[in-house]
Amino acid sequence: MRTRLRMWTLLTVAAAALALPMLSLAQLTQHDLQSRIGMESHVGNITGHAKAAEADYRRYCVGCHGQLGDGNGENAPYMQPPMYQQPRDFQLGVFKCRSTPTGTLPTDEDLFDAITRGFDRSNMPQWNTLSKQERADLVAWVKHFSPRWANEKPGTPIQVPPEPEVTADRIKAGRDVFARVQCWKCHGVLGQANGPSAATLTDDLGRPIAPFNFTEGSRPKCGDTDRDIYRIFMTGLDGTPMPSYADNIKPEEAWDLVFYLRTLMSQHSKEKEMAKKLDLKPVDPNAPAGQQ
Amino acid sequence: MKKRNKVVAVLSAVVLVLCGALFLGRKANAAGEGKITGTVKLDGAAPHMRGIDMSKDPYCVKANSGSPAHLQTVEVGSNGGLENVVLYISEGWTGSATTSTEVPVFDQKNCMYTPHVLALDAGQTFKVTTSDQTTHNIHPLPNPMTGNIPWNQSQPPGAAPIEKTWKNPEVIPVQCNIHPWMHGWHVVVKGPYATTDSSGNYTINNVPPGNYTVTAWHEDSPNLTQTTQTQKVTVAAGKPGTADFTFKAK
Repeated sequence: MRTRLRMWTLLTVAAAALALPMLSLAQLTQHDLQSRIGMESHVGNITGHAKAAEADYRRYCVGCHGQLGDGNGENAPYMQPPMYQQPRDFQLGVFKCRSTPTGTLPTDEDLFDAITRGFDRSNMPQWNTLSKQERADLVAWVKHFSPRWANEKPGTPIQVPPEPEVTADRIKAGRDVFARVQCWKCHGVLGQANGPSAATLTDDLGRPIAPFNFTEGSRPKCGDTDRDIYRIFMTGLDGTPMPSYADNIKPEEAWDLVFYLRTLMSQHSKEKEMAKKLDLKPVDPNAPAGQQ
Repeated sequence: MKKRNKVVAVLSAVVLVLCGALFLGRKANAAGEGKITGTVKLDGAAPHMRGIDMSKDPYCVKANSGSPAHLQTVEVGSNGGLENVVLYISEGWTGSATTSTEVPVFDQKNCMYTPHVLALDAGQTFKVTTSDQTTHNIHPLPNPMTGNIPWNQSQPPGAAPIEKTWKNPEVIPVQCNIHPWMHGWHVVVKGPYATTDSSGNYTINNVPPGNYTVTAWHEDSPNLTQTTQTQKVTVAAGKPGTADFTFKAK
């Protein structure tokens, strides 16, 4: 009788020892999320609270971004790259559209702007129909998915100097920057997303991804103001092949490049008019580096 | 009463000084004493390493016109020595993480990474340089959950070196999106490490006497039956530990 009891005790202990780590693995994420439910965001003078966004997230976001914010919502399998990028995995805390340097967390404003603006050429719509408070709450909710916000501070936004007046010389200088740093390797000499490296690009998770095509009338994913375009190549789009050029393009040259990029875009612009008058030729990909 | 206070004060001072001396002494002894050496070999035929089509970028083709580039997944020397194996202490190391003040260089040369595998200590500063006349983007892909954060920076011709560190031990793949064949590794470990040379030889320096487990890591590859191996090693005063490893070809 005694030995039997002991055997049962042993068995129970063994089963518990086996089951415990399995249980903790399964519940770890939910538990982690719960521990960060007090996350806040600060956008202007609005304070967002993660907990307040729970209902909105369930209603508007969960279908794509998933219960655990890992981008595995029930609609995710229908978004096939490279045409449509899959929903962001918020747990990784890696974001394309930032005002902060590559490898750093975005600011709360950056996330707020992304939710407000939506992403052109993706399934992410604009959410400007939600109130500012709701969007700020959702920013806090997005942040609570990743442990990064518990351990790190957002990066310091890069300095964007005031935009100078467009001149013909600046457009020409921008063309030289485009040639020197070899934007065309992916984006193509005419910005048609057909550079020699375009076809083999993959994102950080190994999924195919296409470079931005300047000529088909769509808006850049991270905004279409001149300042947005400046920021895109000076911070890089983390999680994608687009690197940061902050170390290799000086601030004044960066504005020149913005003006040149405008000449490639199909939308009407002052820069496009000026380029036409200048009879600006595309860069020569066969010229030795630095001499295009 | 006063006397007693004095005695206590003197005693604690003596104890403190002794502790300090012990602590410093241990540190001084730890540096530059023992080492672990050995050879890593490949058992079986060296797998064929496919040549790389660099026609995407004429500069890269030209840079390699002397000896066409090939994949560097498994590099085997004439005596069967296996190159680019990282050896580090996986158990028994009690010292600090950053033991080295050396700043290793990860160069982009002829559209390849030199070295193909860069071993690093957590917190050690390294430099990314470019020797090429074509634009690269240097894009390490750590798992952000480990505390190492992925970044992606361009290096056009003549770009200044980039200085970085990795916070935590992790095997980090590094890639260039512009030249998709460019694939290297940053192997971040805690404590002293070594990488095998073209003959498969290695020496881990600055290992104080003690009992350790050494791990040999080779990049994941469909050509080998396993990618890590471990061995127990004892380092005695004035007597280096030895650990030879053999990886099997499939």
